[in-house]
Amino acid sequence: MSGFLRAVLALGLAFLYAPILVLAVYSFNASSLVTVWGGFSTRWYAALFADEPLIASAWVSLRVALLSGAIATVLGTLAALALGRHGRFRTRKLLTGLVFAPMVMPEVIIGLSLLLLFVGIGLDRGILTIVIAHATFCTGFVAVVVGARLRGLDRTLEEAAADLGAGPLRVFATVTLPLVAPAILAGFLLAFTLSLDDLVIASFVSGPGATTLPMRLYSQVRLGVNPEINAASTLLVVAVTAAVLAASRLTARR
Amino acid sequence: MSAPGPGSSGGWRARLVRLPPLLWLTAFFLVPFLITLKISLSDAATAMPPYLPVLDWQAGLEGWSSFLEALDFENYAILWFDSFYREAALSSLAYAGAASLVLVLVGTPLAYALARAPARWQALLVALVVVPFWTSFLIRVYAWIAILKPEGLLNAALLRLGLIAAPLEILNTPTAVMIGLVYAYLPFMVLPLYAVMSRLDGTLREAAADLGAGPVRVFLTVTLPLAAPGIAAGALLCFIPMIGEFIIPDLLGGSDTLMLGRVLWSEFFSNRDWPLASAVAVLMLLIVIGPVVLFRDAGAREAGR
Repeated sequence: MSGFLRAVLALGLAFLYAPILVLAVYSFNASSLVTVWGGFSTRWYAALFADEPLIASAWVSLRVALLSGAIATVLGTLAALALGRHGRFRTRKLLTGLVFAPMVMPEVIIGLSLLLLFVGIGLDRGILTIVIAHATFCTGFVAVVVGARLRGLDRTLEEAAADLGAGPLRVFATVTLPLVAPAILAGFLLAFTLSLDDLVIASFVSGPGATTLPMRLYSQVRLGVNPEINAASTLLVVAVTAAVLAASRLTARR
Repeated sequence: MSAPGPGSSGGWRARLVRLPPLLWLTAFFLVPFLITLKISLSDAATAMPPYLPVLDWQAGLEGWSSFLEALDFENYAILWFDSFYREAALSSLAYAGAASLVLVLVGTPLAYALARAPARWQALLVALVVVPFWTSFLIRVYAWIAILKPEGLLNAALLRLGLIAAPLEILNTPTAVMIGLVYAYLPFMVLPLYAVMSRLDGTLREAAADLGAGPVRVFLTVTLPLAAPGIAAGALLCFIPMIGEFIIPDLLGGSDTLMLGRVLWSEFFSNRDWPLASAVAVLMLLIVIGPVVLFRDAGAREAGR
């Protein structure tokens, strides 16, 4: 590897991490001015755990992420199986479009159109509507992760099981499922973090009493930089990093 | 086509596999669009729901005809003739286009360096690029406020180094929006590019080098043409959501930063004009539909491989 490429890597990673590091360092700042260092302190973490509305919204987010992640995992895995193993079928083009489009569609469009649907059918806005919305936009991501693993699978294993007399369901349960299980788990983790992170879609479809963590953080961020948000952010980054490391170990092990 | 799996033959089991995602996404992705389209033709009203007409199911055929008669293209006329919305659309295109270009210029060398890194370091380096991708978008944008503001860290560092005499005004300017866009979307650009570049046949590079091409020439004449589809896919993956970006212009741009996502947001939340917000959504959709189809086809090719 040349010195030039090494410099590119170093610069690229520095650009990606410098803002996050600054954020984490200043969460331990004793001063309430975010840009002036006033000595080391964990007071903002203490303030964080005493902030009841913030804790409550963290619980809302956690419940929404678990539920919508689970639904997206089921739907995404089924979609990946249909697209990866079913060959040609009449609705294939439609399904492909419906799975891939929400991944790139601007969030404001997804949020607004789902809200209009919920109002139209008279569904009360709250945790349920956020769960539905998040499951919808996360399904594609699960389908991509599981689909990649399905493509990498040795088809001869499944064929061998079928030749030995196993029915389709049995082949799936004893050969395919165990082999794609790590990707399904990785897909769930991805859907979970995407749901945990979403501000825009949740803002449209949530109702009174269902404020998610990003919605709470956003309303505080609009008032200005605040060390307590730095502390909350640092905790979130640490949690996500742990989840990514776990997921990459799951998918790396073959 | 004949591979085993639940219901690979196209029987009832196969339908059981594809029906749930198909029904769910039709109900919660396709149908909502059609509703948005319909409401973009309605008029705003001070009621709940805040638009007119509302279809009266009980009135039968008569209800339908009076409902259809009340629909019009007034909101689209507003979008077309009011320069505010035209400027918002053009400025969204300009920001997304310029940021995509910068992302290609920054992301390509970075992805290439990742792909050429020693094998034992590669998994770790890729994980390092992935972590920000998974880290909260809101938090990553928020982090830049403390860096870019007048009394922020960047200005403090530049002042101390004596490079500037007075703090630069960066936050709440187009520059800050560009920095935010490039920073937040960089992992989206690098990951698909890396996926393509790490699959490239290394012997082609070696052959070019053996024939006397220097590293720059090898990159430009061998790697770059082969990676072009990946570069295009990465740029699309960034361009499309950036058109509707809300968080970055809202937190880093000034109050005069016009982008469609932000216009839609304020029409909805501040002005409570649902029909006009719907028309903005349809306009945005018309802008991104071409790129979305391109992206879907790329995804379908990938899935069919």
